[in-house]
Amino acid sequence: MKLRWKLLLLAAVSLLLVAVYMLTNAGGNWDYILPRRGMKIVAMIVTGGTIAVSTVIFQTITNNRILTPSILGLDSLYMLLQTAAIFIVGSGSAMMMNRNLNFLVTVLAMVLFSGLLYKLLFKKEGSNIYFLLLLGLIFGTFFSSISTFLQVLIDPNEFQMVQDRMFASFNNIHTDIVWAGLAVIGLGVIVMRPYLKYLDVLSLGKDQAINLGVDYDRVVKRLFLIIAVFISVATALVGPITFLGLLVANVTYEVMKTYKHSYLFAASVFISIIALVGGQLLVERVFSFTTTLSVIINFVGGVYFLYLLLRERS
Amino acid sequence: MVVAKNVFKFFGKKKVVEDVSITIPKGKITSLIGPNGAGKSTLLSMVSRLLTSDGGEITIDELDVAKCRGNDLAKKVSILKQANNVTLKLTVRELVSFGRFPYSQGKLTKEDHTYVDEAIRYMELEELENSYLNELSGGQKQRAYLAMVIAQDTEYILLDEPLNNLDMKHAVQMMKVLRKLVDELGKTVAIVIHDINFASCYSDYIIAMKDGKVAKEGTVHDMIRPCVLKEIYDLDMNIEDVNNNKICVYYA
Repeated sequence: MKLRWKLLLLAAVSLLLVAVYMLTNAGGNWDYILPRRGMKIVAMIVTGGTIAVSTVIFQTITNNRILTPSILGLDSLYMLLQTAAIFIVGSGSAMMMNRNLNFLVTVLAMVLFSGLLYKLLFKKEGSNIYFLLLLGLIFGTFFSSISTFLQVLIDPNEFQMVQDRMFASFNNIHTDIVWAGLAVIGLGVIVMRPYLKYLDVLSLGKDQAINLGVDYDRVVKRLFLIIAVFISVATALVGPITFLGLLVANVTYEVMKTYKHSYLFAASVFISIIALVGGQLLVERVFSFTTTLSVIINFVGGVYFLYLLLRERS
Repeated sequence: MVVAKNVFKFFGKKKVVEDVSITIPKGKITSLIGPNGAGKSTLLSMVSRLLTSDGGEITIDELDVAKCRGNDLAKKVSILKQANNVTLKLTVRELVSFGRFPYSQGKLTKEDHTYVDEAIRYMELEELENSYLNELSGGQKQRAYLAMVIAQDTEYILLDEPLNNLDMKHAVQMMKVLRKLVDELGKTVAIVIHDINFASCYSDYIIAMKDGKVAKEGTVHDMIRPCVLKEIYDLDMNIEDVNNNKICVYYA
């Protein structure tokens, strides 16, 4: 039961980091500090958890450890939706002012888009996953191009608003939509539950999964929809940040050394908490906001990947 | 009994399998032979529902492959394809346990563990059962996968070029195991195979395909003849009797 111990250890470290973040350096203003920090922590856990889990699912389906769901073009679609909303109805509209409305519309649109894409693809026989990824890539580029085009046309003041959504930031988490996000994720988890048992088998590859009685097309389609929901929530909360998923998923595989997804999911959530809360601690307490969390994560992630590559070669 | 009736398969506009009707008899080893691109693997993939057919009907013991639930079929027929390069951290025992998925959906019961034990013993993998797959040689890996198929406990076992990448010793071992599966456990085995001498020595029934059609089928005695093989492979062969086996000599 070594796996259990590893999980326990990861849980302990995450809990410790959360406690340190919540309780140190408060300056006595508990009533003000605790709810504020608590909200931020919840948002970080939601973001990290959804990105980590969806990346693990995605990599299992594609049997590839260097792909992230961003290849499906969902990030670009998010940007397009935000830009288009400002372009068409303006920054003063309900769509931009009411975060919850914006969130629900965005998530719905992203899920609908994914559903449509899969429906088109899986209708034809020979549902090749790589064809889907290629389509996602092309759509992603297409969406970015339209976004850029619209951004050039809009009023510079309005563009400020778009820019605010363009970069992932954990100092500016959209905490007002955390509860809506949690509700959507809860729904996603309920829908996902019956499909979890198939993931272990899917990691053996498509042919083996079919051989072992998995209704491949149906299961994969459902899992892709769940990925779309999770990514939408994470993107709406902090902006496009999928490199985190790549990092967390690969660290998880390295640490856990197992194919069992129940362990992988739990571990990846804890590792993402460690990465995000630990990183945020560094940003706030050590660098006192002179850098941002995404910079730290990208830096650490990059170094880690170089290490992985160099180790593979030797 | 596996029965395929007027089966078609197109890749784009190309007919890969054209109006094929075959019967794979129960309790025997059936070899599918033929030149590259004859449609053997495609046919096998359709029988095992890895590919859907573009026409015709395939039934396994009266069960329609296209309509039957995947999980029910997984208890009836298993397929092993050639390329099995899994990068997972997976031990032999864990791989073999996957064979029980159709029965227990991942939560292994005591009975499942017995099947897994038996499969490991059958393939003589006891000493390797806790080794990781990526540490094994090609032959050992192939044996581990076959153990998984045995644990799946299906009546029909389909193998796509099971001898690929195996040296002579392991190839012989593999064929002997298949023979044993048929003779001792009463399984039905169908293989796509390129080495006609292995097909000649170990199979009961041979189906030869060419250009997406069945060229000829019959027992080893009917099939391993110079005129038949010339028609299939377009190659002159001498056939010698060695220890009651028909051996084709075509190397020079």
